[in-house]
Amino acid sequence: MSRCLSETDMQCISNLVREHSAIVVESKKEYLVLARLEPIVKEEGFTSIADLICYVRRTPFGPLHRRIVEAMTTNETSFFRDLTPFEALRDEVLPELIKKRKDRKSVNIWCGASSSGQEPYSIALVIRELFSELDSWTINFIATDISSEMLHRCSEGKYSQLEVNRGLPVQLLLKYFSKNGRCWYVKDQLRNMIEFKEMNLAGPWLPFPKLDIVFLRNVLIYFDRETKQRILTKIREHMSGDGYLFLGGTETTLMLDQAFARVPVGRTACYRLRPVLENSGHVIS
Amino acid sequence: MHVLVIDDSKAMRIILRQILESIGGHVEEAGNGRDGLRTLQSMARVDVVLVDWNMPEMSGLEFLKTMRADSAFPNAPVMMVTTETEVAQMEKALEAGANEYVMKPFTKDVIREKLQLLGIQ
Repeated sequence: MSRCLSETDMQCISNLVREHSAIVVESKKEYLVLARLEPIVKEEGFTSIADLICYVRRTPFGPLHRRIVEAMTTNETSFFRDLTPFEALRDEVLPELIKKRKDRKSVNIWCGASSSGQEPYSIALVIRELFSELDSWTINFIATDISSEMLHRCSEGKYSQLEVNRGLPVQLLLKYFSKNGRCWYVKDQLRNMIEFKEMNLAGPWLPFPKLDIVFLRNVLIYFDRETKQRILTKIREHMSGDGYLFLGGTETTLMLDQAFARVPVGRTACYRLRPVLENSGHVIS
Repeated sequence: MHVLVIDDSKAMRIILRQILESIGGHVEEAGNGRDGLRTLQSMARVDVVLVDWNMPEMSGLEFLKTMRADSAFPNAPVMMVTTETEVAQMEKALEAGANEYVMKPFTKDVIREKLQLLGIQ
């Protein structure tokens, strides 16, 4: 199998992914294209990646094109990734929301680009394990991803031994997962908390309720500046005035959307809308 | 971070040592539970113990029970690192006082993330 791509083949994949997900695949990411497309080449019976790309060029957008886009936009994840955003949820965000929403008894959460589901399930674990008072509340928890394959995995809640080894405290593994053979399955009490839906961040958005908590971590980095701005504008439109936005450690709203201010929460930071901070006397950076 | 690694496989001890040293750990090694107890007593500081389950002379579970039962040993967190993956075994380890559990095979990220969960990294 050929180990490298021609410039035009690389451009073809880059255009395909950009057109259907707005994600930018830079030319230096050839290694990533090779790693993600080789399994498709083998499974679909192509002789090489060049052969696969030749087919992609010749035919109109179909299931195979979609599979390539999904393969290129799926990212590695783990339970309680980076830990600090989940500490912030536990120590500050959820206790504050419980106080503020005590009359309506509902919280709206969105986890975007949920990939294979570890991130939304980690949020659900914090809620279920530590905030039993929320058992009687309405938790509208939506997790979205561009990939139908990933959403199927999320809904199934099936994880390999290596996946549950990563970042998941053993006590929570034993309490909220059941083992069958070498796989671990999320128990219904956790799985039923989350509604998994397909959504392309660069396409039309779902009709979300006003969101109190938004997790969109390690996603914006893959988009160009204009798409980042469009996504942040949409988040702003969908977020409660006093909501919380969590981005990845290397991501920011700075120079992209002035409506957001970076606010320290525990050992990390999140983004909140400025008017509510100004009214509450918080210092705005 | 001062770590005691107990595993009868020299190859496994080398792998764990490399991982732990790459994230700033100082590592002491033992080849079974009995040697592990001796080494544990001789260490001036122990932040975490990584212990295999199945070993000759004294298993990881016996090591753990002995360590937890005797206040002469430091009350350091213990992470089982083992090929035992059955739920009943994992529950047994937790009952005996294990704080975390890693199923072999593992990667560097697995060890790093589990140490973070224990508040050590």
